[in-house]
Amino acid sequence: MTVINGPTAGTKIDTGKQRQARITGFILLGIAILITLFFAPDAAGNATFRLSRPTDAIPVPNLVVPGGPFIYVAATILAFLGVRQFLHGGTKWTSLSLGIGLAIAVAAFLVWATAGKAFSLTGMLQATMVRAVPIALGGLAGVLSERVAVVNIAIEGMLLAGAFTGALVGSLIGGFGGLAAAIAVGGVFGFILAALVVTYRMDQIIAGVVINLFVLGFTSYVSSQVFAEYRSLNNAPVFRSVKIPILGDIPVIGPMFFNQNIFVYGALIMVAVATYYLFHTRLGLRARAVGEHPRAADTLGINVYRTRYINVTLAGMVAGFGGAWFTLGSVGRFDEGMTGGRGFIGLAAMIFGRWHPVGALAAALVFGFADSLQQKLALLQTPIPSEFLAMAPYIATIIVVAGLVGRARAPAADGKPYVKE
Amino acid sequence: MTDLSMNDLMKAKVIGRTEIEDLVVVPLFAIIVALLLGAVAMLATNVDLGTIGLSYLALLKGSVGSLNAISETLTAAAPLVLAGLGLALGFRAGLFNIGAEGQIVTGGIAAVITGFSFAGLPTLILLPMSLLAGALAGALYASIAGFLKATTGAHEVISTIMLNLISYRLLDYLLRMPAIQKEGRADPISKSVPEAAELPRLLSFLDPNLRVHAGIFLVLIAVAIVYWLLFRSKLGFEFRASGENAEAARFAGIHSSVIIVAAMATAGALAGLAGANQVLGVLGRATPGFSAGLGFDAIAVALLGRSHPVGVLFAGLLFGALEAGGRQMQVDAGVSIDLIGIIQALIIVFIAAPLLVRAIFPWGFRRDREGGS
Repeated sequence: MTVINGPTAGTKIDTGKQRQARITGFILLGIAILITLFFAPDAAGNATFRLSRPTDAIPVPNLVVPGGPFIYVAATILAFLGVRQFLHGGTKWTSLSLGIGLAIAVAAFLVWATAGKAFSLTGMLQATMVRAVPIALGGLAGVLSERVAVVNIAIEGMLLAGAFTGALVGSLIGGFGGLAAAIAVGGVFGFILAALVVTYRMDQIIAGVVINLFVLGFTSYVSSQVFAEYRSLNNAPVFRSVKIPILGDIPVIGPMFFNQNIFVYGALIMVAVATYYLFHTRLGLRARAVGEHPRAADTLGINVYRTRYINVTLAGMVAGFGGAWFTLGSVGRFDEGMTGGRGFIGLAAMIFGRWHPVGALAAALVFGFADSLQQKLALLQTPIPSEFLAMAPYIATIIVVAGLVGRARAPAADGKPYVKE
Repeated sequence: MTDLSMNDLMKAKVIGRTEIEDLVVVPLFAIIVALLLGAVAMLATNVDLGTIGLSYLALLKGSVGSLNAISETLTAAAPLVLAGLGLALGFRAGLFNIGAEGQIVTGGIAAVITGFSFAGLPTLILLPMSLLAGALAGALYASIAGFLKATTGAHEVISTIMLNLISYRLLDYLLRMPAIQKEGRADPISKSVPEAAELPRLLSFLDPNLRVHAGIFLVLIAVAIVYWLLFRSKLGFEFRASGENAEAARFAGIHSSVIIVAAMATAGALAGLAGANQVLGVLGRATPGFSAGLGFDAIAVALLGRSHPVGVLFAGLLFGALEAGGRQMQVDAGVSIDLIGIIQALIIVFIAAPLLVRAIFPWGFRRDREGGS
């Protein structure tokens, strides 16, 4: 955990950065070799990426990449980056190299999988954004509560509660009512979490696990006890995509950002607002102070308990909104345990994004990309078993967490209860 | 994130009056309140009072009301206790291992593969071999997360969650491999374990339907070993020291990297054993999702048992009883077994937040005490 500086660095004692650089170099070289061995031999023909759809206002020609040459070029760049890490490791380029390296690896993989076929890049980017929404909102909820030093394992439960409420209330009084109710219920669970850990000083992780268990139990119970019988209670309207006039026509990224439903716009706005709130307002500064050093914050007259209550409740509301995506934003129907671990992936996105809203969104996009990639690749019929494709995002997360942000720093007081003297 | 939040779980216990209140009175109140609130949930979903009474009777009957009920309770409790012990050990060492689910999956599939691959061997060799394979697979799988944490600092919460998700896909893939998939089946299902590799049923001479199997001895042995390991051995001391204060432990000459990998591997071995226990004792084969969320319930069991081996045993028995009783409840009263999830969650809330119970029942406790555990 500590970086040892100074002239003592012999063979045994290593600075953390150098070691990290060597690990990165090793990973990059490994990928380069893998690509040359496995992808190059059968990447015959051109890979065609469709950048626009027939209905688009501004047609863009297809991007055609020659398979074989591209892969050799990619492998060369990767090998260069890897060797560079070995020779001049420990500089600030380590993280950047790994990031670029992984991006090149993904590109090479795509070219290999599409070689001789055609593939809609625009469609995949649009799906990426959609699938990133619950993860990004889960991650944002994590950022909001961990910045005030409350570990939020309960995101999964809050998402599920939002999904459930959205379906139930949405079926009764319509989409917007359902959305408002989902946000409110998410907020209630946020408040309960705050009450348990702040006022009743329960262990934060236990409190989170308990909320997850409770929500899973309650929603599954109602869904099998009530929804099975009264189907009309579980048939909510779905928010359709709304195209923003001019921006939505921009080629490639237009459909990704500006032709989506209310949840995508909401997530983008919330990330922006949360960034502004946390880093550019007085209240945000106070919240972060509570997360880093509650006693000092208390001494300065900041009400630690109230700050934690407010921020964790806000986090719950964000997660409730994200949860509504599962029902009101996609299928309109609630199924038991339908969040499927997205809350935990959101937590990973939060750490991956270094406890920053924008970072969490970026990390969520990586997950969303991997998620939609796997779905599209099933159509391309690659020889790789679909199970391994499905694993890829998780393996990538592990590699990234180990190599890129291995020592990301959480707020200093994260997870500790504060007892006012 | 977790090193210090776990501190409460790891404080040494000295039995005193308040301890008895915490260990006996609080759990009793917790169970009663949880059942009452469960009844409220049923009322809210249009279940009439008579059915509520009937369902709680069924819950009791299904968990301890007959020999078969007790057998079911023990069968359900066994994997929870085994995996819970592993998690508890990790918590003591300051590791929040969410990966029991993945370790159960890998342990289970390894035990099945070993079982049918060496089908000719006698029970005395094959059964221990299959169990060992399960434990080893779980240990190896968990040490991936331990190794990554020790060498690169990758947070174990993330890596174990990812390993869980990977294990499900791995299982789906393995179950379709020709060497593993049952002959003549199109759906993903493994070959059956030969009888020689099954954990023998203990009471089949009374009634062949009694499912309780030799796995419960495994559980008792595991409780004893984990107790010894944690509180009587040097390694266990090092686990606990690193959990309490990693920095101090490092200055005392404890190799934190070795401890992290060792703790994860031991936890994984126990979870893998839980998986082996399921496939060799109950299911007889591996199917997609055979872990059935046991690894997550085990987290609750470990927390409820306050990361103490004996506590985990009792918590596992309680959860097993609720599970077995819940099935009876579903049959007798037509109330969904998912109600059990609500009751389990409420019990943990009240046990883990003694301050909350004291606030609800001020008369149940001595007046002169301020603050919780």
